[in-house]
Amino acid sequence: MPGSITLDNLTLGYDRHPAVHHLTGTIDSGALLAVVGPNGGGKSTLLKAIAGLITPMEGRITVGASRRSVGYLPQVAEIDRSFPISVYEFVAMGAYAVTGLFGGLTPRTKVRIEHAIAAVGLSGLERRTIAALSGGQMQRMLFARLLMQDASIVLIDEPFNAIDEATTADLLALVRRWHAEGRTIVAVLHDLAMVRTAFPHTLLLARECIGWGTTQTVLTESALATARARMTPSGTPDVVREEAA
Amino acid sequence: MLYDWIIAPFAEFAFMRRALAGTLALALGAAPIGVFLMLRRMSLIGDAMAHAILPGAAAGYLVAGFSLGAMTIGGLIAGFAVAVLAGIVARTTALKEDAALAAFYILSLAGGVTLVSARGSNADVLRVLFGSVLALDDPTLLLLLAVTTLTLMLLAILFRGLVIECVDPGFLKSVSGTGGALHLTFLGIVVLNLVAAFHALGTLLAVGILILPAASARLWTANLTVMIGLAMLTAALSGVVGLILSYHFELASGPAIILVAGAVYLLSLVFGRMGGLARHLWPRPHLRA
Repeated sequence: MPGSITLDNLTLGYDRHPAVHHLTGTIDSGALLAVVGPNGGGKSTLLKAIAGLITPMEGRITVGASRRSVGYLPQVAEIDRSFPISVYEFVAMGAYAVTGLFGGLTPRTKVRIEHAIAAVGLSGLERRTIAALSGGQMQRMLFARLLMQDASIVLIDEPFNAIDEATTADLLALVRRWHAEGRTIVAVLHDLAMVRTAFPHTLLLARECIGWGTTQTVLTESALATARARMTPSGTPDVVREEAA
Repeated sequence: MLYDWIIAPFAEFAFMRRALAGTLALALGAAPIGVFLMLRRMSLIGDAMAHAILPGAAAGYLVAGFSLGAMTIGGLIAGFAVAVLAGIVARTTALKEDAALAAFYILSLAGGVTLVSARGSNADVLRVLFGSVLALDDPTLLLLLAVTTLTLMLLAILFRGLVIECVDPGFLKSVSGTGGALHLTFLGIVVLNLVAAFHALGTLLAVGILILPAASARLWTANLTVMIGLAMLTAALSGVVGLILSYHFELASGPAIILVAGAVYLLSLVFGRMGGLARHLWPRPHLRA
Protein backbone atom coordinates (compact mmCIF):
# COMPACT_ATOMS: atom_id res chain seq x y z
CA MET A 1 0.00 0.00 0.00
CA PRO A 2 1.32 3.48 -0.85
CA GLY A 3 1.36 4.92 2.67
CA SER A 4 2.19 1.83 4.71
CA ILE A 5 5.38 1.28 6.72
CA THR A 6 6.65 -2.20 7.57
CA LEU A 7 9.25 -2.77 10.28
CA ASP A 8 10.96 -6.12 10.19
CA ASN A 9 13.07 -7.17 13.20
CA LEU A 10 14.36 -3.62 13.36
CA THR A 11 17.31 -2.72 15.60
CA LEU A 12 18.42 0.92 15.63
CA GLY A 13 21.14 2.82 17.41
CA TYR A 14 24.06 5.20 17.34
CA ASP A 15 27.77 4.40 17.61
CA ARG A 16 27.10 0.68 17.93
CA HIS A 17 24.82 1.26 20.96
CA PRO A 18 21.34 -0.05 20.17
CA ALA A 19 18.47 2.27 21.16
CA VAL A 20 15.61 0.15 19.79
CA HIS A 21 15.66 -3.64 19.74
CA HIS A 22 13.98 -6.11 17.38
CA LEU A 23 10.89 -4.12 16.46
CA THR A 24 8.48 -5.83 14.08
CA GLY A 25 5.11 -4.62 12.85
CA THR A 26 3.17 -2.75 10.19
CA ILE A 27 1.83 0.79 10.21
CA ASP A 28 -1.15 0.70 7.86
CA SER A 29 -1.69 3.24 5.14
CA GLY A 30 -3.81 6.07 6.55
CA ALA A 31 -3.01 5.20 10.18
CA LEU A 32 -2.86 7.83 12.91
CA LEU A 33 -0.26 6.37 15.27
CA ALA A 34 1.19 7.88 18.44
CA VAL A 35 4.62 6.73 19.59
CA VAL A 36 4.99 7.15 23.36
CA GLY A 37 7.35 6.01 26.07
CA PRO A 38 10.04 7.18 28.46
CA ASN A 39 12.87 9.46 27.30
CA GLY A 40 15.71 7.46 25.81
CA GLY A 41 13.24 4.77 24.78
CA GLY A 42 14.06 5.21 21.09
CA LYS A 43 10.97 7.11 19.87
CA SER A 44 12.83 9.82 17.96
CA THR A 45 15.36 7.27 16.72
CA LEU A 46 12.54 5.22 15.21
CA LEU A 47 11.13 8.28 13.45
CA LYS A 48 14.56 9.24 12.10
CA ALA A 49 15.03 5.73 10.76
CA ILE A 50 11.67 5.77 8.95
CA ALA A 51 12.61 9.19 7.51
CA GLY A 52 15.84 7.66 6.21
CA LEU A 53 18.14 9.73 8.43
CA ILE A 54 19.79 6.72 10.06
CA THR A 55 20.42 3.24 8.72
CA PRO A 56 19.19 0.23 10.73
CA MET A 57 21.85 -1.80 12.54
CA GLU A 58 19.76 -4.87 11.87
CA GLY A 59 16.47 -5.67 10.15
CA ARG A 60 14.74 -3.47 7.60
CA ILE A 61 12.14 -0.79 7.05
CA THR A 62 9.92 -0.93 4.01
CA VAL A 63 8.18 2.34 3.21
CA GLY A 64 5.38 2.14 0.64
CA ALA A 65 5.95 5.65 -0.65
CA SER A 66 8.95 7.20 -2.39
CA ARG A 67 11.38 9.24 -0.31
CA ARG A 68 9.87 12.49 -1.58
CA SER A 69 6.44 11.61 -0.26
CA VAL A 70 7.71 11.15 3.29
CA GLY A 71 7.45 14.37 5.29
CA TYR A 72 9.53 14.62 8.46
CA LEU A 73 9.07 17.27 11.13
CA PRO A 74 12.18 17.30 13.35
CA GLN A 75 12.42 18.47 16.95
CA VAL A 76 12.91 22.23 17.03
CA ALA A 77 16.31 21.74 18.70
CA GLU A 78 17.69 20.24 15.51
CA ILE A 79 17.22 23.46 13.56
CA ASP A 80 19.88 26.16 13.52
CA ARG A 81 17.71 29.10 14.51
CA SER A 82 20.54 31.61 14.23
CA PHE A 83 20.74 31.10 10.46
CA PRO A 84 19.58 34.22 8.61
CA ILE A 85 16.57 32.87 6.76
CA SER A 86 13.01 34.20 6.63
CA VAL A 87 9.80 32.35 7.44
CA TYR A 88 8.85 32.47 3.74
CA GLU A 89 12.17 30.97 2.64
CA PHE A 90 11.95 28.28 5.30
CA VAL A 91 8.45 27.23 4.27
CA ALA A 92 9.58 27.27 0.62
CA MET A 93 11.99 24.43 1.49
CA GLY A 94 8.95 22.18 1.56
CA ALA A 95 8.46 22.89 -2.15
CA TYR A 96 12.07 21.92 -2.93
CA ALA A 97 11.32 18.55 -1.40
CA VAL A 98 8.92 18.09 -4.29
CA THR A 99 10.59 20.03 -7.14
CA GLY A 100 14.19 19.16 -6.25
CA LEU A 101 16.90 21.59 -5.18
CA PHE A 102 17.23 23.23 -8.57
CA GLY A 103 13.59 23.68 -9.61
CA GLY A 104 12.28 27.23 -9.72
CA LEU A 105 9.36 28.54 -7.68
CA THR A 106 6.46 28.85 -10.09
CA PRO A 107 3.74 31.44 -9.45
CA ARG A 108 1.49 28.54 -8.46
CA THR A 109 4.02 27.32 -5.89
CA LYS A 110 4.33 30.84 -4.51
CA VAL A 111 0.59 30.93 -3.96
CA ARG A 112 0.82 27.56 -2.21
CA ILE A 113 3.54 28.90 0.08
CA GLU A 114 1.35 31.84 1.01
CA HIS A 115 -1.59 29.53 1.66
CA ALA A 116 0.54 27.23 3.83
CA ILE A 117 1.75 30.19 5.89
CA ALA A 118 -1.83 31.42 6.24
CA ALA A 119 -3.07 27.93 7.17
CA VAL A 120 -0.81 27.86 10.23
CA GLY A 121 -1.70 31.43 11.21
CA LEU A 122 1.62 33.08 10.40
CA SER A 123 0.37 35.57 7.77
CA GLY A 124 2.19 38.86 8.13
CA LEU A 125 5.35 37.22 9.47
CA GLU A 126 6.64 36.02 6.07
CA ARG A 127 9.66 38.33 6.11
CA ARG A 128 10.58 37.73 9.74
CA THR A 129 13.83 35.83 10.35
CA ILE A 130 13.40 32.53 12.16
CA ALA A 131 15.59 33.71 15.05
CA ALA A 132 12.83 36.18 15.96
CA LEU A 133 10.06 33.56 16.25
CA SER A 134 8.58 32.27 19.49
CA GLY A 135 8.53 28.53 20.19
CA GLY A 136 4.92 28.26 19.08
CA GLN A 137 5.50 30.27 15.89
CA MET A 138 8.50 28.09 15.10
CA GLN A 139 6.36 24.97 15.39
CA ARG A 140 3.65 26.54 13.20
CA MET A 141 6.31 27.28 10.59
CA LEU A 142 7.51 23.65 10.63
CA PHE A 143 3.93 22.54 10.03
CA ALA A 144 3.65 24.98 7.11
CA ARG A 145 6.73 23.42 5.53
CA LEU A 146 5.17 19.99 6.03
CA LEU A 147 1.99 21.28 4.31
CA MET A 148 4.12 22.25 1.30
CA GLN A 149 5.59 18.75 1.09
CA ASP A 150 2.12 17.28 0.55
CA ALA A 151 3.50 14.00 1.92
CA SER A 152 1.58 10.73 1.99
CA ILE A 153 3.52 9.69 5.10
CA VAL A 154 3.91 12.33 7.80
CA LEU A 155 6.39 11.85 10.65
CA ILE A 156 6.27 14.39 13.49
CA ASP A 157 8.67 14.45 16.42
CA GLU A 158 7.36 16.01 19.65
CA PRO A 159 5.46 18.79 17.90
CA PHE A 160 3.58 20.03 20.96
CA ASN A 161 6.43 20.40 23.44
CA ALA A 162 6.51 23.73 25.26
CA ILE A 163 3.85 25.46 23.16
CA ASP A 164 0.63 27.08 24.35
CA GLU A 165 -2.86 25.56 24.18
CA ALA A 166 -4.07 27.66 21.25
CA THR A 167 -1.14 26.63 19.08
CA THR A 168 -1.51 23.00 20.15
CA ALA A 169 -5.20 23.06 19.22
CA ASP A 170 -4.49 24.66 15.81
CA LEU A 171 -1.75 22.19 14.95
CA LEU A 172 -3.70 19.19 16.21
CA ALA A 173 -6.53 20.27 13.91
CA LEU A 174 -4.05 20.14 11.02
CA VAL A 175 -2.98 16.63 12.03
CA ARG A 176 -6.65 15.58 12.08
CA ARG A 177 -7.16 17.11 8.65
CA TRP A 178 -4.20 15.17 7.25
CA HIS A 179 -5.60 12.00 8.78
CA ALA A 180 -8.99 12.68 7.18
CA GLU A 181 -7.21 13.12 3.84
CA GLY A 182 -5.93 9.55 4.15
CA ARG A 183 -2.30 10.31 4.95
CA THR A 184 -0.32 8.03 7.26
CA ILE A 185 0.72 9.90 10.41
CA VAL A 186 3.26 8.81 13.01
CA ALA A 187 3.75 11.24 15.90
CA VAL A 188 6.11 11.08 18.87
CA LEU A 189 4.19 12.50 21.83
CA HIS A 190 4.47 12.95 25.58
CA ASP A 191 0.97 14.09 26.50
CA LEU A 192 -0.87 10.82 27.18
CA ALA A 193 -4.20 12.60 27.65
CA MET A 194 -3.91 13.97 24.13
CA VAL A 195 -2.95 10.55 22.78
CA ARG A 196 -6.02 9.00 24.41
CA THR A 197 -8.39 11.55 22.89
CA ALA A 198 -6.86 12.12 19.45
CA PHE A 199 -4.85 9.05 18.41
CA PRO A 200 -6.65 5.77 17.69
CA HIS A 201 -3.43 3.70 17.67
CA THR A 202 -0.36 3.77 19.91
CA LEU A 203 3.09 2.22 19.99
CA LEU A 204 4.57 2.13 23.50
CA LEU A 205 8.34 2.00 23.16
CA ALA A 206 10.97 1.52 25.85
CA ARG A 207 13.99 0.36 23.84
CA GLU A 208 11.70 -2.46 22.70
CA CYS A 209 8.02 -2.73 21.90
CA ILE A 210 5.97 -2.82 25.12
CA GLY A 211 2.64 -2.56 23.37
CA TRP A 212 1.33 -1.79 19.89
CA GLY A 213 -2.34 -1.60 18.98
CA THR A 214 -5.42 0.46 19.75
CA THR A 215 -4.61 3.22 22.21
CA GLN A 216 -7.14 1.89 24.71
CA THR A 217 -5.48 -1.52 24.90
CA VAL A 218 -1.89 -0.24 24.88
CA LEU A 219 -1.99 2.60 27.40
CA THR A 220 -2.81 0.55 30.48
CA GLU A 221 -1.31 1.21 33.90
CA SER A 222 0.56 -2.09 33.85
CA ALA A 223 2.04 -1.49 30.38
CA LEU A 224 3.21 1.99 31.40
CA ALA A 225 4.75 0.54 34.55
CA THR A 226 6.55 -2.08 32.44
CA ALA A 227 7.87 0.66 30.15
CA ARG A 228 9.19 2.61 33.14
CA ALA A 229 10.78 -0.50 34.60
CA ARG A 230 12.56 -1.30 31.33
CA MET A 231 14.33 2.02 31.44
CA THR A 232 15.49 1.95 35.07
CA PRO A 233 18.10 -0.87 35.23
CA SER A 234 20.52 1.07 33.05
CA GLY A 235 20.36 4.04 35.39
CA THR A 236 17.85 6.34 33.73
CA PRO A 237 17.21 9.16 36.24
CA ASP A 238 13.97 9.34 38.22
CA VAL A 239 12.84 12.53 36.54
CA VAL A 240 12.69 10.72 33.26
CA ARG A 241 10.56 7.98 34.70
CA GLU A 242 7.90 10.53 35.59
CA GLU A 243 7.42 11.38 31.91
CA ALA A 244 5.46 8.30 30.95
CA ALA A 245 3.15 8.60 33.95
CA MET B 1 46.20 64.80 -4.17
CA LEU B 2 43.40 62.25 -4.38
CA TYR B 3 44.90 61.03 -7.64
CA ASP B 4 48.34 60.66 -6.08
CA TRP B 5 46.90 58.73 -3.20
CA ILE B 6 44.43 56.41 -4.83
CA ILE B 7 45.00 56.19 -8.57
CA ALA B 8 48.73 56.78 -9.06
CA PRO B 9 50.03 53.61 -7.39
CA PHE B 10 47.92 51.49 -9.71
CA ALA B 11 48.41 53.69 -12.79
CA GLU B 12 52.18 53.75 -12.45
CA PHE B 13 53.05 50.22 -11.43
CA ALA B 14 52.02 47.02 -13.19
CA PHE B 15 52.67 44.92 -10.06
CA MET B 16 50.13 47.05 -8.17
CA ARG B 17 47.54 46.53 -10.92
CA ARG B 18 48.15 42.78 -10.78
CA ALA B 19 47.86 42.80 -7.01
CA LEU B 20 44.60 44.75 -7.31
CA ALA B 21 43.14 42.34 -9.88
CA GLY B 22 44.19 39.34 -7.78
CA THR B 23 42.80 40.77 -4.57
CA LEU B 24 39.48 41.72 -6.15
CA ALA B 25 39.11 38.26 -7.69
CA LEU B 26 39.90 36.66 -4.37
CA ALA B 27 37.45 38.93 -2.55
CA LEU B 28 34.54 38.05 -4.85
CA GLY B 29 34.98 34.29 -4.47
CA ALA B 30 36.30 33.93 -0.94
CA ALA B 31 33.88 36.28 0.83
CA PRO B 32 30.67 34.33 0.06
CA ILE B 33 32.44 31.07 0.95
CA GLY B 34 33.48 32.73 4.20
CA VAL B 35 29.84 33.60 4.92
CA PHE B 36 28.84 29.94 4.60
CA LEU B 37 31.85 28.78 6.64
CA MET B 38 30.85 31.18 9.41
CA LEU B 39 27.15 30.29 9.33
CA ARG B 40 28.00 26.59 9.42
CA ARG B 41 30.22 27.30 12.47
CA MET B 42 33.19 26.09 10.48
CA SER B 43 35.40 29.19 10.82
CA LEU B 44 38.00 27.25 12.78
CA ILE B 45 37.84 24.33 10.37
CA GLY B 46 38.60 26.84 7.63
CA ASP B 47 41.61 28.06 9.59
CA ALA B 48 42.87 24.52 10.12
CA MET B 49 42.43 23.73 6.44
CA ALA B 50 44.34 26.88 5.50
CA HIS B 51 47.26 25.72 7.63
CA ALA B 52 46.98 22.20 6.28
CA ILE B 53 47.64 23.51 2.78
CA LEU B 54 51.21 24.39 3.78
CA PRO B 55 52.86 20.94 3.93
CA GLY B 56 51.19 20.01 0.64
CA ALA B 57 52.37 23.19 -1.04
CA ALA B 58 55.78 22.70 0.59
CA ALA B 59 56.04 19.19 -0.82
CA GLY B 60 55.26 20.69 -4.24
CA TYR B 61 57.94 23.30 -3.59
CA LEU B 62 60.49 20.61 -2.69
CA VAL B 63 59.75 18.79 -5.91
CA ALA B 64 59.59 21.74 -8.28
CA GLY B 65 60.60 24.96 -6.46
CA PHE B 66 58.14 27.88 -6.60
CA SER B 67 56.03 26.15 -9.22
CA LEU B 68 52.41 27.23 -9.30
CA GLY B 69 51.13 23.86 -10.49
CA ALA B 70 53.06 21.68 -8.05
CA MET B 71 52.30 23.88 -5.03
CA THR B 72 48.63 24.23 -5.95
CA ILE B 73 48.09 20.50 -6.41
CA GLY B 74 50.01 19.70 -3.22
CA GLY B 75 48.00 22.28 -1.31
CA LEU B 76 44.66 21.03 -2.65
CA ILE B 77 45.43 17.44 -1.69
CA ALA B 78 46.68 18.31 1.80
CA GLY B 79 43.83 20.74 2.57
CA PHE B 80 41.17 18.29 1.51
CA ALA B 81 42.88 15.40 3.32
CA VAL B 82 42.92 17.26 6.63
CA ALA B 83 39.25 18.23 6.35
CA VAL B 84 38.26 14.62 5.70
CA LEU B 85 40.70 13.18 8.27
CA ALA B 86 39.44 15.49 11.02
CA GLY B 87 35.90 14.31 10.28
CA ILE B 88 36.98 10.65 10.46
CA VAL B 89 38.94 11.17 13.70
CA ALA B 90 35.95 12.91 15.29
CA ARG B 91 33.63 10.07 14.30
CA THR B 92 35.85 7.12 15.17
CA THR B 93 37.93 8.20 18.18
CA ALA B 94 37.25 9.80 21.55
CA LEU B 95 38.51 13.17 20.25
CA LYS B 96 36.06 15.86 19.21
CA GLU B 97 36.52 17.53 15.83
CA ASP B 98 38.02 20.74 17.24
CA ALA B 99 40.78 18.85 19.08
CA ALA B 100 41.51 16.77 15.99
CA LEU B 101 41.72 19.92 13.87
CA ALA B 102 43.98 21.74 16.32
CA ALA B 103 46.33 18.75 16.32
CA PHE B 104 46.36 18.48 12.53
CA TYR B 105 46.91 22.12 11.87
CA ILE B 106 49.79 22.60 14.24
CA LEU B 107 51.41 19.48 12.76
CA SER B 108 50.84 20.80 9.26
CA LEU B 109 52.39 24.14 10.11
CA ALA B 110 55.47 22.59 11.72
CA GLY B 111 55.85 20.07 8.90
CA GLY B 112 55.39 22.67 6.17
CA VAL B 113 57.84 25.17 7.63
CA THR B 114 60.42 22.40 8.14
CA LEU B 115 60.04 21.26 4.54
CA VAL B 116 60.35 24.75 3.08
CA SER B 117 63.27 25.81 5.29
CA ALA B 118 65.09 22.55 4.51
CA ARG B 119 65.54 23.66 0.96
CA GLY B 120 64.72 27.35 0.79
CA SER B 121 65.77 30.61 2.45
CA ASN B 122 64.06 32.60 5.20
CA ALA B 123 62.52 34.71 2.46
CA ASP B 124 60.89 31.57 1.04
CA VAL B 125 59.48 30.68 4.45
CA LEU B 126 58.07 34.20 4.84
CA ARG B 127 56.57 33.93 1.38
CA VAL B 128 54.63 30.74 2.15
CA LEU B 129 53.55 32.05 5.56
CA PHE B 130 52.41 35.51 4.48
CA GLY B 131 52.02 35.28 0.72
CA SER B 132 53.26 37.49 -2.07
CA VAL B 133 50.36 39.55 -3.30
CA LEU B 134 52.75 42.03 -4.97
CA ALA B 135 54.43 39.29 -6.96
CA LEU B 136 51.45 37.66 -8.70
CA ASP B 137 52.51 36.45 -12.13
CA ASP B 138 50.15 35.76 -15.03
CA PRO B 139 49.52 32.06 -14.28
CA THR B 140 48.80 32.81 -10.60
CA LEU B 141 46.45 35.62 -11.55
CA LEU B 142 44.64 33.31 -13.96
CA LEU B 143 44.39 30.68 -11.22
CA LEU B 144 42.77 33.20 -8.84
CA LEU B 145 40.31 34.28 -11.54
CA ALA B 146 39.49 30.67 -12.44
CA VAL B 147 38.89 29.73 -8.81
CA THR B 148 36.58 32.71 -8.33
CA THR B 149 34.64 31.98 -11.51
CA LEU B 150 34.21 28.33 -10.55
CA THR B 151 33.26 29.29 -6.98
CA LEU B 152 30.55 31.72 -8.07
CA MET B 153 29.15 29.24 -10.57
CA LEU B 154 29.04 26.39 -8.04
CA LEU B 155 27.54 28.69 -5.40
CA ALA B 156 24.77 29.68 -7.78
CA ILE B 157 23.98 26.02 -8.46
CA LEU B 158 24.31 24.73 -4.89
CA PHE B 159 22.98 27.76 -3.03
CA ARG B 160 19.66 26.26 -1.93
CA GLY B 161 21.19 22.99 -0.88
CA LEU B 162 23.88 24.76 1.14
CA VAL B 163 21.30 26.94 2.88
CA ILE B 164 19.11 23.95 3.75
CA GLU B 165 22.08 21.92 4.93
CA CYS B 166 22.98 24.75 7.30
CA VAL B 167 19.50 25.36 8.72
CA ASP B 168 18.12 21.86 8.87
CA PRO B 169 20.50 19.11 7.72
CA GLY B 170 18.01 16.42 8.74
CA PHE B 171 15.44 17.84 6.34
CA LEU B 172 17.89 17.77 3.43
CA LYS B 173 18.78 14.19 4.23
CA SER B 174 15.13 13.18 4.50
CA VAL B 175 14.17 14.58 1.09
CA SER B 176 17.31 13.88 -0.90
CA GLY B 177 20.40 11.76 -0.54
CA THR B 178 22.67 14.62 -1.62
CA GLY B 179 23.70 15.87 1.84
CA GLY B 180 27.06 14.08 1.93
CA ALA B 181 28.01 14.94 -1.66
CA LEU B 182 27.00 18.54 -1.06
CA HIS B 183 29.17 18.79 2.04
CA LEU B 184 32.18 17.35 0.21
CA THR B 185 31.65 19.72 -2.72
CA PHE B 186 31.48 22.62 -0.30
CA LEU B 187 34.72 21.50 1.38
CA GLY B 188 36.24 21.28 -2.10
CA ILE B 189 35.27 24.88 -2.88
CA VAL B 190 36.66 25.98 0.49
CA VAL B 191 40.01 24.29 -0.20
CA LEU B 192 40.15 25.83 -3.71
CA ASN B 193 39.61 29.30 -2.29
CA LEU B 194 42.10 28.73 0.49
CA VAL B 195 44.72 27.65 -2.03
CA ALA B 196 43.99 30.76 -4.09
CA ALA B 197 44.22 32.88 -0.94
CA PHE B 198 47.40 31.01 0.02
CA HIS B 199 49.15 32.22 -3.14
CA ALA B 200 48.24 35.82 -2.40
CA LEU B 201 48.20 36.00 1.39
CA GLY B 202 50.13 32.96 2.62
CA THR B 203 49.08 30.12 4.85
CA LEU B 204 48.74 32.18 8.03
CA LEU B 205 46.56 34.95 6.59
CA ALA B 206 44.59 33.11 3.91
CA VAL B 207 41.55 32.44 6.04
CA GLY B 208 41.37 36.13 7.02
CA ILE B 209 39.93 37.19 3.65
CA LEU B 210 37.22 34.52 4.06
CA ILE B 211 36.21 35.02 7.67
CA LEU B 212 36.77 38.69 8.58
CA PRO B 213 34.47 40.18 5.89
CA ALA B 214 31.86 37.50 6.62
CA ALA B 215 31.91 38.15 10.35
CA SER B 216 31.70 41.92 9.75
CA ALA B 217 28.72 41.54 7.41
CA ARG B 218 26.94 39.31 9.93
CA LEU B 219 26.99 42.21 12.39
CA TRP B 220 25.10 44.49 10.00
CA THR B 221 22.34 42.38 8.49
CA ALA B 222 20.14 39.35 9.07
CA ASN B 223 19.50 38.87 5.35
CA LEU B 224 21.69 36.24 3.73
CA THR B 225 21.84 37.84 0.29
CA VAL B 226 22.69 41.25 1.71
CA MET B 227 25.23 39.58 3.98
CA ILE B 228 27.03 37.96 1.06
CA GLY B 229 27.02 41.26 -0.87
CA LEU B 230 28.36 43.16 2.13
CA ALA B 231 31.07 40.55 2.72
CA MET B 232 32.19 40.81 -0.94
CA LEU B 233 32.23 44.60 -0.71
CA THR B 234 34.19 44.55 2.55
CA ALA B 235 36.71 42.06 1.20
CA ALA B 236 37.18 44.05 -2.01
CA LEU B 237 37.52 47.37 -0.15
CA SER B 238 39.98 45.82 2.30
CA GLY B 239 42.03 44.69 -0.68
CA VAL B 240 42.08 48.12 -2.32
CA VAL B 241 42.66 50.10 0.88
CA GLY B 242 45.23 47.59 2.16
CA LEU B 243 47.22 47.81 -1.08
CA ILE B 244 47.12 51.62 -1.07
CA LEU B 245 48.26 51.78 2.56
CA SER B 246 51.01 49.24 1.97
CA TYR B 247 52.22 51.28 -1.00
CA HIS B 248 52.33 54.64 0.77
CA PHE B 249 53.61 53.46 4.15
CA GLU B 250 55.79 50.62 2.89
CA LEU B 251 53.84 48.02 4.86
CA ALA B 252 53.80 44.31 4.08
CA SER B 253 50.88 44.15 1.65
CA GLY B 254 49.22 40.85 2.70
CA PRO B 255 49.09 41.79 6.39
CA ALA B 256 47.96 45.33 5.44
CA ILE B 257 44.94 43.90 3.56
CA ILE B 258 44.01 41.65 6.49
CA LEU B 259 44.52 44.50 8.97
CA VAL B 260 42.07 46.69 7.04
CA ALA B 261 39.55 43.82 7.02
CA GLY B 262 40.25 43.44 10.74
CA ALA B 263 39.62 47.17 11.34
CA VAL B 264 36.26 46.87 9.57
CA TYR B 265 35.49 43.87 11.75
CA LEU B 266 36.35 45.73 14.97
CA LEU B 267 34.22 48.72 13.90
CA SER B 268 31.35 46.35 13.11
CA LEU B 269 31.76 44.66 16.48
CA VAL B 270 31.23 48.02 18.16
CA PHE B 271 28.69 49.69 15.88
CA GLY B 272 27.04 46.77 14.04
CA ARG B 273 23.25 46.95 13.87
CA MET B 274 22.82 43.24 14.52
CA GLY B 275 24.25 42.49 17.92
CA GLY B 276 27.07 45.07 17.96
CA LEU B 277 28.46 46.21 21.31
CA ALA B 278 26.98 49.71 21.11
CA ARG B 279 23.47 48.30 20.61
CA HIS B 280 24.09 46.07 23.59
CA LEU B 281 25.30 48.83 25.90
CA TRP B 282 22.97 51.59 24.68
CA PRO B 283 19.78 49.92 23.44
CA ARG B 284 17.31 51.92 21.43
CA PRO B 285 14.79 53.78 23.63
CA HIS B 286 11.79 51.58 22.79
CA LEU B 287 13.70 48.57 24.02
CA ARG B 288 14.11 50.21 27.40
CA ALA B 289 10.45 51.14 27.81
